[in-house]
Amino acid sequence: MTDAALPLPRRAPIREATAWDRLKTNRNWLGFWFMVPAAAFLILFLAYPLGLGVWLSFTDTRIGRPGEFIGIENYEWVLGDSKFQDAVFNTLFYTTIASIAKFAIGLYLAILLNHHLPFKAMIRAIVLIPFIVPTVLSAIAFWWIFDPTFSIVSWTLKEMGWRTTNINFLGDTWNARWSVIFANVWRGVPFIAITLLAGLQTVPPSLYEAATLDGATRWQMFRYITYPLLTPIIAVVMTFSVLFTFTDFQLIKVLTNGGPAGATELMATMSYNTAILGGKIGEGAAVSTAMIPFLLGAIMISWFGLQRRKWQQGED
Amino acid sequence: MSAAETRADITDNREGMSYLDTLPRRVVTVYIPLFLIVFVLLFPFYWMGLTAIKPKEELVDFERANPFWTWAPTLEHIKDLIFKTEYPRWLWNTMFISVVSTVLALIASVFAAYAIVRIRYKGASTVGGLIFLSYLVPPSILFIPLSTVVYQYGLFDTPFALILTYPTILIPFSTWLLMGYFKTIPFELEECALIDGASRFQILMKIVLPLAVPGLISAGIFCLTLCWNEFIYALTFINTHANKTVPVAIVTAFTDGDQYRWGSLMAGALVGSLPLVILYSFFVEYYVSAMTGAVKE
Repeated sequence: MTDAALPLPRRAPIREATAWDRLKTNRNWLGFWFMVPAAAFLILFLAYPLGLGVWLSFTDTRIGRPGEFIGIENYEWVLGDSKFQDAVFNTLFYTTIASIAKFAIGLYLAILLNHHLPFKAMIRAIVLIPFIVPTVLSAIAFWWIFDPTFSIVSWTLKEMGWRTTNINFLGDTWNARWSVIFANVWRGVPFIAITLLAGLQTVPPSLYEAATLDGATRWQMFRYITYPLLTPIIAVVMTFSVLFTFTDFQLIKVLTNGGPAGATELMATMSYNTAILGGKIGEGAAVSTAMIPFLLGAIMISWFGLQRRKWQQGED
Repeated sequence: MSAAETRADITDNREGMSYLDTLPRRVVTVYIPLFLIVFVLLFPFYWMGLTAIKPKEELVDFERANPFWTWAPTLEHIKDLIFKTEYPRWLWNTMFISVVSTVLALIASVFAAYAIVRIRYKGASTVGGLIFLSYLVPPSILFIPLSTVVYQYGLFDTPFALILTYPTILIPFSTWLLMGYFKTIPFELEECALIDGASRFQILMKIVLPLAVPGLISAGIFCLTLCWNEFIYALTFINTHANKTVPVAIVTAFTDGDQYRWGSLMAGALVGSLPLVILYSFFVEYYVSAMTGAVKE
């Protein structure tokens, strides 16, 4: 009643949105501003170098001298080089064996940790330590363990009477390959085990109870319950594992530096030796660019493997 | 499979039905394999620690004393390390570079993750996918062109070469992780704030970030360990001895062929890993959730 008597407050007319307001409030502009820091880092130091790397592989750049475009000459030289062929073989061998071993042991460890255990949280924390400690520092410990004369492993085997001589871990072609694979598996298992454990914990126990009532064996339960439900997480974890094993550098650099006689030279260490130590940036870039098709292949396989799984399970 | 075994096989590895397992069976199938694996995983650290405190004469003499133990622990190697080498400097470099690049990466990722999840500008999901893809680009492919880029920008041999390049490894991971955290924060809170006239920046600072603290800790811890662990960039972009980080310096400093160098090497490795392990022991849960969170998304 009194409302009507009061004079209406004068309102300011609604202001036209200025260009500045648009920049401040428009969804797309706002999104753009928020993306600037991350985009700057990723474009300047990731996307640009990635493109530059491909370009450098087509030039004859040396350290301290800009190069000129020389077409596929670097690739011709690299593909014809027996050292490169050996490096590709070593890399594939290293990646395949280490990934399979990491997956098998990691899954086994995850299943073990999924049991009802005393001090479970503590055991899980301890298991992860090899993954926390910087690779180079644990590689140094392995270097000492693999020492040709003072290896503790050789000493123990000799004391137990299983061997009479020291094992030449890093000096023999195949011993060196197996030794670096062992160190890589040692370092990679915790990551795979803990991530798969997180996946295992999401599997509903009722499924196992139902399977038990149906008389399923332990293997059948693993094969038809655990494995299918874990597939998506396995695909992601193994993609990462394969990718980072394929491009491994630190472990090899510390343990063998590619030796003996190139037996453990991987593509990453070869590109370092060629480009940084040898100064031939162009050739080195060609070696590292040659890794890209393999990586894309690995990503594709895991991606489409994952898709097919989903389709089979009817989760279209 | 024998009949006796079948009975035991109709069991399950879940807590709910574990009462069906007999103790001897559990010892054989669970405790012994677990003990073996944990032993192998930890042995290199025991050996590292033991070598770091062994007296010099025992290091390479396995005949007179049992190499698995020492009765005369000494701090000689650690003292040598701290007072005779530039180790404190390297440790400081590592910490400084790791902390600064982690902070930079976190700031950039918070904004990026918030924009992708909540501002949802045009093409946000594509950008999210691209960021995930950039996670899959390994440093071993990038270090050659990056070294020329770093040189061009005039950053070569300075800490900035690493401070500015490490975030490229960290941002994809932490953005992806934070996106997951931001998605779980109720939308209604932000709507209320918007109605009250808060700007997006204020919402991010005053509402979203306080609620995402566990995510920030997870991402921060993980980024810190990634930086500490980084090797190939540090090896390529830094030349001066005093500017090196621990992993690079230790590999290049003690490789003089002296057979007693193992003591200093192991001491260096031990002292270099301890800060991380101590930090990790306080934040185990955060660390695990960072690791699994990034994979699950």
